[in-house]
Amino acid sequence: MSVMPLLVICSILVAGGFLLAFLFATKRGQYDDLGTPAVRMLFDDVHKKTEIK
Amino acid sequence: MDTNVPLGNERGGRVETVAYDNNIVRMFAIASLVFGVVGFLVGIIVAIKLYIPGFLGGIDFLSYGRLRPLHTNAVIFAFAGNAIFLGVYYSLQRLCKTRMFSDTLSKIHFWGWQLIIVSAAITLPLGITTSKEYAELEWPIDLAITLVWVVFGWNMIGTILRRKEKHMYVAIWFYLATFLTVALLHVVNSLSLPVHLLKSYSMYAGVQDALVQWWYGHNAVAFFLTTPFLGIMYYFIPKAAERPVFSYRLSIIHFWALIFLYIWAGPHHLLYTALPDWAQSLGVVFSFMLIAPSWGGMVNGLLTLRGAWDKVRTDPVLKFMVVGVTAYGMSTFEGPMMSLKNINALTHYTDYIIAHVHLGALLWNGGLTFAMLYYIFPRIYRTKLYSISMANWHFWLMTLGVLIYVIPLYWGGITQSLMWKQFLPDGTLQYPNFLETVTQLIPMYVMRSIGGTLYLLGACVGIWNLYKTARSGKLLANEEVQVVNRMAEKSHEPKEGWHRLLEGTPVRFSLLIFVAVLIGGVVEFVPTALVESNIPTIASVKPYTPLELEGRDIYVREGCYTCHSQMIRPFRSETERYGEYSKVGEFVYDRPFQWGSKRTGPDLHRIGGKYPNAWHWKHMNEPRSTSPGSIMPGYGWMYTVDLDVSHTEGKILTMQKLGVPYPEGFAANAVADLQAQAATIAEELGNAGIKNVDPKKEIVAMIAYLQRLGTDIKKMPPTASGN
Repeated sequence: MSVMPLLVICSILVAGGFLLAFLFATKRGQYDDLGTPAVRMLFDDVHKKTEIK
Repeated sequence: MDTNVPLGNERGGRVETVAYDNNIVRMFAIASLVFGVVGFLVGIIVAIKLYIPGFLGGIDFLSYGRLRPLHTNAVIFAFAGNAIFLGVYYSLQRLCKTRMFSDTLSKIHFWGWQLIIVSAAITLPLGITTSKEYAELEWPIDLAITLVWVVFGWNMIGTILRRKEKHMYVAIWFYLATFLTVALLHVVNSLSLPVHLLKSYSMYAGVQDALVQWWYGHNAVAFFLTTPFLGIMYYFIPKAAERPVFSYRLSIIHFWALIFLYIWAGPHHLLYTALPDWAQSLGVVFSFMLIAPSWGGMVNGLLTLRGAWDKVRTDPVLKFMVVGVTAYGMSTFEGPMMSLKNINALTHYTDYIIAHVHLGALLWNGGLTFAMLYYIFPRIYRTKLYSISMANWHFWLMTLGVLIYVIPLYWGGITQSLMWKQFLPDGTLQYPNFLETVTQLIPMYVMRSIGGTLYLLGACVGIWNLYKTARSGKLLANEEVQVVNRMAEKSHEPKEGWHRLLEGTPVRFSLLIFVAVLIGGVVEFVPTALVESNIPTIASVKPYTPLELEGRDIYVREGCYTCHSQMIRPFRSETERYGEYSKVGEFVYDRPFQWGSKRTGPDLHRIGGKYPNAWHWKHMNEPRSTSPGSIMPGYGWMYTVDLDVSHTEGKILTMQKLGVPYPEGFAANAVADLQAQAATIAEELGNAGIKNVDPKKEIVAMIAYLQRLGTDIKKMPPTASGN
């Protein structure tokens, strides 16, 4: 059972680390737009030979 | 759908021309198909060997124990592996709107990986193996894998850093998680001390080796067969259905949940074993929670098709995708269920597991791979798919083949497990002879090989269709397109200097993923490795003698672990059948551990002393002479080949370096000790009526090892158990 404190400490570290990561990512604007990326990837690329007017 | 792109925009995004590399995509596609056929074919061969043990004759390099690792490695790393690279190289370029970072790295990656596969195909049938499941390759090949994997990651991260799209689409995160985690898993699990070029001993012993191995083994499933394919799903389903993913928010949430939870799930492979109980419980809890992010992915994939289900009727790509994702949902339901201790007690060591993994590999990985190929081939060859009806034939051969494969094995697995556990009213086992529970399964084994053959036929139809598609078009090796470089937009300019260094999201995400999996892994195995109290030392457990050690290495070489466990669980049905349950302290000198994961034959942990030497002598040569109806192959070559003692001294020295307490200077006498023990066994065999036994032959070492197994504990005083 001597490993239990170690486990608990590590688990709290992991949970805390993820909370920080999530907050950091949100602050950087990564999750500001969850709509357009899903749509944007659907557009096919314009081939070179297709003239752009 | 086509759209016009403005020549630039007010924020400064420029229109640029980039050329996607389709040739590398084509190369990985061909490799995946070729090795897929090889992997399936070897699978059918080993499936037939389960009911015709003499199939293909008694040739050592074609024996079940050596071909089975070849089959698993070919399907996982050659078929699915090349499919991953195919999917990543195709979609990453298009999601990042840029060519792969370096054509040279792409080529090194491709040829390096194929070289590793070829070396696996040579070494595994020769019996050069570490016996750690899905990580059987010996240390020089392990090193090569590490190098090639780094090349892959370098090429991928380089591409991401050069992307012309600010936002990293969710598929890219799955690819990054794959690269980072597999790198870590592979390195940690492969740590070993070489004896010579083709033989090494694991850095870990017994329970620790088992925990590290299944931490790797389960995460190989998670990060090699799941995350990259989820990334592939998130690219190809929306593209093929021309619909955005059902919920982008869900894709992000389930990604983070998945990578965090998966790394803790490994111990569910070791329930009721000698692994410390807290580690088992940890594994159960996290494995069960995994159902949420797994089903999040499945639901997200299937619901993407809302309003487009009519397309599933006609489009082969979507058909394969839908069946693949459905199989993923089924597999990830079974997984958490089988992690529950009561269900695990029933399914573990049985064919139920084999059905479970084939549902995943053949439909989830296979289905997605073929969907991807049917999507990509017409596009890179600028043509139409050669035949829709042929693709439909492939689809039905695949789907029905898998059903004919898995249903009998689910049935057989439960049947056998219930037979193992059945007691008579007087308290004795109803089926005390293990063989009775095996012969019961033969019809199921026949059906599974038929199902597997149908699957292979389907794959052949698919390959022909893809070949004709390629022939009807022309490869567009460099696909030139015009894209807007949104990274050049003003708003992206970093405000602080170090932001430029980190270049935003890819590096940060890489670091976060790395930290997440590292912490998960460290928490799990470091305590077991370091805390001494986990391994109660049993005073009567002694290191193997040189002859037993050589015999053990033959046991490893022949892949005995593919059919026999060495781990008696603390159930009445098992202690009644096999003897005292296995204690953690009994395995401290086992490098590598040989607990096994499947009981096609009985457990062998207490085989020592159960039968006389003469029985083993007859049984190993022709199992049916002592056990009528047995499906075990004979090992005739052990009777003709001399035991190689040239490395015995080196093996003892290596073991000493790993902390095995052989007396000082013992290595120099190792061969003499070995010969003396072999002579004793030969003499005993002679007394039992087997004359002219040459003590130099391999079989003598094998018998020595088998007779030692699980006997040390019997020498200890009745109350001295450390547990």
